[in-house]
Amino acid sequence: MVNTKVKLCGIELDNPIIPASGTFGFGYEFAELYDINILGSLSFKGTTLEPRFGNPCPRIAECDSGMLNAVGLQNPGVDKVIKTELPKLREVFRKPSMANVSGFSLEEYVETVRKLDTVEDIGWFEINISCPNVHGGGMSFGTSPKMAETVTRAVRDVTKKPIIIKLSPNVTDIVSIAKACEEGGADGVSLINTLMGMRISLKTRRPIIANKTGGFSGPAIKPVAVRMIYQVYDAVNIPIVGMGGVSNAEDVIELMLAGATAVEVGAANLVNPYASRDIILDLPRVMEKYGIKSLEEIIGGAH
Amino acid sequence: MKDTQFTVVENKRIAHNTYLSVLEGDTSDITAPGQFVNIKLDGLYLRRPISVCDVEGNKLTIIYKVVGVGTEKMAAAPTGEKWLTLTGLGNGYDLSKSGDRPLLIGGGAGVPPMYLLARELVKEGKRPTVILGFGKADEVFFKEEFEALGLQVIVTTQDGSYGVKGFVTDAMDDLQYTYFYTCGPEPMLKAVYNKTETSGEFSFEERMGCGFGACMGCTCKTKYGNKRICRDGPVLEKEEIIW
Repeated sequence: MVNTKVKLCGIELDNPIIPASGTFGFGYEFAELYDINILGSLSFKGTTLEPRFGNPCPRIAECDSGMLNAVGLQNPGVDKVIKTELPKLREVFRKPSMANVSGFSLEEYVETVRKLDTVEDIGWFEINISCPNVHGGGMSFGTSPKMAETVTRAVRDVTKKPIIIKLSPNVTDIVSIAKACEEGGADGVSLINTLMGMRISLKTRRPIIANKTGGFSGPAIKPVAVRMIYQVYDAVNIPIVGMGGVSNAEDVIELMLAGATAVEVGAANLVNPYASRDIILDLPRVMEKYGIKSLEEIIGGAH
Repeated sequence: MKDTQFTVVENKRIAHNTYLSVLEGDTSDITAPGQFVNIKLDGLYLRRPISVCDVEGNKLTIIYKVVGVGTEKMAAAPTGEKWLTLTGLGNGYDLSKSGDRPLLIGGGAGVPPMYLLARELVKEGKRPTVILGFGKADEVFFKEEFEALGLQVIVTTQDGSYGVKGFVTDAMDDLQYTYFYTCGPEPMLKAVYNKTETSGEFSFEERMGCGFGACMGCTCKTKYGNKRICRDGPVLEKEEIIW
């Protein structure tokens, strides 16, 4: 018998698998397909203070071993999320969920967290300071250590729940930003968000995505994720939620060896709606294959 | 919604750049004309959303234009090849609103979903009139198949090389109809929207990520709120559309 349990910021997970925000809706859509209580947790759709339509279509472009998206944080706004989406999630999911929060000003982050803090079912906050698809917010908070620390401190003041800051890979030095979040009182960091990319249509000679640029995700970005998780693990003492191109149980082990305590599965859910479940079901086999008795033991094992 | 393996049992060219594939597999989740399937092909990351042309027993017929690497691979697939396919996607057309004489308007790659719709309407004792629009004569397909259902079929081509010269809307002037259903390129849909006087339903196309409502990659604005083309569509009512 292998042990897949891990502890993330004081909360035990049955396994380290967490579907990533933006690839899993509010969870209940997937509950039509399988019992989502098999998941470690899930990070629900990025929530902002006000409702957002997001960017015009096309929002999606295929790439070799991955995809670009520029959805632009479409969500019904925090009030409706609390009133209609989270109750639907609660009907089908009995574990603590991860609330993914975005904002365009410090006040917005604070107000959104303050509102969601009242929801008992939320186990962690994942503060997105790294969305590449919105202008004048999102990633602009995640590209300077000073701003990252400021956001962290501000949300720290309004919740006692664990705060995980989601970091952008579109920076010169992700380590300094992770350290700034730790300094600001973060309980963890999650990385990596998508890499900013672009594709151009040869037929129209214009970018395929209406927003021009989009966030690149999928198996192609996994080596970047592994490298950044490895570097951040060396520099901070708070847990890392790793993500980036995870498609199978072997990828989960690789990210954990780099330093991840839990692992988010993103784009894979869109190609195979059963991806997160399949990875969880396959974890014991891969653990046995590589002589791993407990996943907790291998966190940062590559260092 | 189901994700199962389908086997290619027939694959043939039926018009310029246009292919028909018959797939064998579990079709039980395909519940309405106007739905689509999402096909995983080796070597390509995202699936290919393709409208359902016909379903009979365990046989699924799709017709598609070759427009890129995905449809190129599909057109070249030998029989026996297996495709992992998500079925039962999208809302589909609402047959209950058709009235006795609905009008079906398909343009190019928008023709295929009209076929299963026509078949289902005929089964219910309705007599739809069918307009099929193409660019030129060598692009025309499925005229005989619609006629074999005992229906009046009007074909239009933009260059006049077959049937009525012009667009589908040029063939609508003298027609009496109770309701309409349409699928085709967006400029055609818009022209149909402006020309029709009854209520009706439009099937839209958009670049999709997942095809089942998870990624919000294909959302559009409607008078009834934001809708995901893949999950809340692809069929929208005339009254809700914002151009």
